[in-house]
Amino acid sequence: MLVVAFVSFSLFNFVGDPINNMVGEETSDEERAELRETLGLMDPIHVQFSRFIVNASKGEFGISYQLRRPVSELIVERLPATIELVVISALIALITGTLLGVYTGINRKGFLSDFILAVSLLGVSLPTFVIGILFIYLFAVILGILPSFGRGEVVDLGFWTTGFLTVSGLKAIILPSVTLSLFQMTYIIRLVRAEMMEILQTDYIKFARARGISENSIKYKHALKNGLIPVITIAGINIGTLIAFSIITETVFQWPGMGFLFIQAVQFVDIPIMSAYLVFIAFVFVMINFIVDILYYFIDPRIRVKGDTASG
Amino acid sequence: MTFLKINNLSVDYQMRKETVYAAKNVNIEVNKGEILGLVGESGSGKSTVGNAIINLIDEPGKVSSGSVILGDLNIHENSESIVKYRGNKIGLIFQDPQTSLNPILTVGEQLIETIQTHLKLSKEEAKNKSINLLKEVGIKDAEVRFDNYPHQFSGGMRQRVVISLALCCEPELLIADEPTTALDVSIQSQILDLIKKLTKERNLAVILITHDMGVIAETADRVAVMKSGNLVEIGETKIILTKPQENYTKSLVSSVPPTNKKISRFVIVEKENSDKKENNIKILNRWTKKGIIDQDLVQIKDLSKSFDDNFFTESSKNSVMAVDNVSFDIKEGESFGLVGESGSGKSTIAKMIVNLFKPTSGDIFFDNVCITKIKQKSELMKFRKQIQMIFQDPYSSLNGRLKVKDIIAEPITLHNPSISTLDLNNYIYDLLESVELTQKSAERYPHEFSGGQRQRISIARALATQPRLLVCDEPTSALDVSIQAQILNLLKDLQEQLNLTILFISHDLPVVRQMCDRIGVLKDGKLCEVSNTEDLFLKPDHEYTKELLHLMPKIESIYN
Repeated sequence: MLVVAFVSFSLFNFVGDPINNMVGEETSDEERAELRETLGLMDPIHVQFSRFIVNASKGEFGISYQLRRPVSELIVERLPATIELVVISALIALITGTLLGVYTGINRKGFLSDFILAVSLLGVSLPTFVIGILFIYLFAVILGILPSFGRGEVVDLGFWTTGFLTVSGLKAIILPSVTLSLFQMTYIIRLVRAEMMEILQTDYIKFARARGISENSIKYKHALKNGLIPVITIAGINIGTLIAFSIITETVFQWPGMGFLFIQAVQFVDIPIMSAYLVFIAFVFVMINFIVDILYYFIDPRIRVKGDTASG
Repeated sequence: MTFLKINNLSVDYQMRKETVYAAKNVNIEVNKGEILGLVGESGSGKSTVGNAIINLIDEPGKVSSGSVILGDLNIHENSESIVKYRGNKIGLIFQDPQTSLNPILTVGEQLIETIQTHLKLSKEEAKNKSINLLKEVGIKDAEVRFDNYPHQFSGGMRQRVVISLALCCEPELLIADEPTTALDVSIQSQILDLIKKLTKERNLAVILITHDMGVIAETADRVAVMKSGNLVEIGETKIILTKPQENYTKSLVSSVPPTNKKISRFVIVEKENSDKKENNIKILNRWTKKGIIDQDLVQIKDLSKSFDDNFFTESSKNSVMAVDNVSFDIKEGESFGLVGESGSGKSTIAKMIVNLFKPTSGDIFFDNVCITKIKQKSELMKFRKQIQMIFQDPYSSLNGRLKVKDIIAEPITLHNPSISTLDLNNYIYDLLESVELTQKSAERYPHEFSGGQRQRISIARALATQPRLLVCDEPTSALDVSIQAQILNLLKDLQEQLNLTILFISHDLPVVRQMCDRIGVLKDGKLCEVSNTEDLFLKPDHEYTKELLHLMPKIESIYN
């Protein structure tokens, strides 16, 4: 976290003179110096950095150069859109990925398995924006059944704006979330498939068969539960990646989320937004890894007991 | 009365080019209340027969012909019908209790699921039944243990759980596939006693698959010997082990190290080595060795090693004493044996002697120099050259990407970089010859060799630096008995010809008795006693040694 904070802090200082970005051409040198003083830019680096950290922990990242509004306000405004997009696509990726992975893991030689794997290969190799554009072309332009950009109508709940409550909002989220989830989905399919195939060869599955346990219970209770353990790790890391990937998807679909905000900020060298975004993404990554570790504790009894013996 | 009848059972693996028979026309009958031992070396098809009975053969293998009659049921009528007899009529126990239980389900969940699959019981009844079962197989606090996960049990306890799972639906036939191979002797005898007890009490028919003739001698009523998929001989255990008819059985029995006496060499009935007596070892000419001086080559003083649980805190509370204040000496030219059960610290000592581990405290002297205190790398290299190690697993201890030639050349060029190519090649050929491998093997890769041949390569590699001390860590436990006999003979010959000093580490008491002059017994990192081999076996001092000797499965027990 600190490292990322430092990188985003250095953006402020080393990527051009912030004052130049803030004031007009005809500001005099004295005024510039005064502004520097009031903004604390003359302080030594470590003082500035610790101030940055303190402010960041309070959620203050300064004022956007371009929009002249506090960055924190902008982020809070855009956050719901991104979160909704990421959650929906994570769900799509996890659920379909696991289902298809289990199917291809069990029916290794079927035609459908080969087909799924071939398509999933496409999902890995085609860049997200190409898929997004293809989707727009197919569903929005040719078929005309889904909107090609935006969030549709949103309902403002005060602290949160949601697209889930209106038909147009729900329709609008389909294309971007599917696009975003495709890459992760193929990943999960392949992982689950490999895990299932490996676990079905293990001794305890053989022993379960020898005890006459039904095939369904072997596959879905014994094998799948074990197979999901590594999936959770990967999925956890990937949710972070989803947020990162959402930059591209949001741009393609003009989705008013944080990624879109970030791209706009990059175009205008709006450094406070960029650094805030960086810190935010890092924070999300750390949180997700933390949550995954805790989840592990509940899912894998082996870890639980290691903790027990170490403490006592 | 015959309960299980296997008629002309064949299992074949359909390969691309040919069909490989894993079992061919096997006929076996088992009665109720009887334990039938099924023995054979690896690849003999003994496990295949066990799995074929319940049609649990992995693809692409399949049961190609034959029938299995259980009582009056033909359970192989079609491939589906067998499924309903699994667990219900037939229970199966596998070799490795570490891997045969599902790690993320509690023992209770696995028991209840199995019971409810076959018997119409409510969850509560199933739970009561499983707790009683756990008690029956000797698990204390069964009510509490019921909710534990498999990893919370020790190896022996886990195998008890596996047995309870195999028996929970009251099968009439139990197939135990190497049920004690992964366990220590003391646990092994408990598990075997348990199987014997259950066989009597429940009037089970049991097929006990094992490679261990000692186990067979002590448990089986009748024994069937298998070799490359064929049944060689079947009959009363006593008759088969004392008066075998077939040549193969004879060689198998004679390869087993006897527990009651020391023999100079293992008799190898089959195979080449009849005319190898005058094997003029060329390597001797290269051997720049001194004559044996009557002195201690290795002295170990108050050696301890602890493994810390927590890297950061180093609190003594959690640390495990793997080796606890051990002292002993090894004379030059002798074979010193270290025996003990798993976790007794015997391998840890070996690794400290060859300098793979740093001792926590204590000193190791080699040739009167304390090697644990050497700091300089060049100094250390001198000793590394004189101490070589042979590892247990010949499959993982050779780099599969290197030719045998390069594997053996590596230590030579390391210690003697200036050696010419011609000389190096000749040296490699001599080394290969000394371990009874042909020159051609130098150009091949390790995977082209069998386990025994690989272990020979390991020995050649160890000899390449002309060591004075050879540390053998369970050199034969991964091998079949007949191969084991060959390797042990080879080690004995080499020791005699090259005046090697050997530290021989093993859990297998009969093997140690054949190989060693003196023996140290380890338990939980502590040295219980050190004594001459014959004294140790005839009149052991320490309680633990007595117990070990008592528990060890003895092939001779059949004579009593």
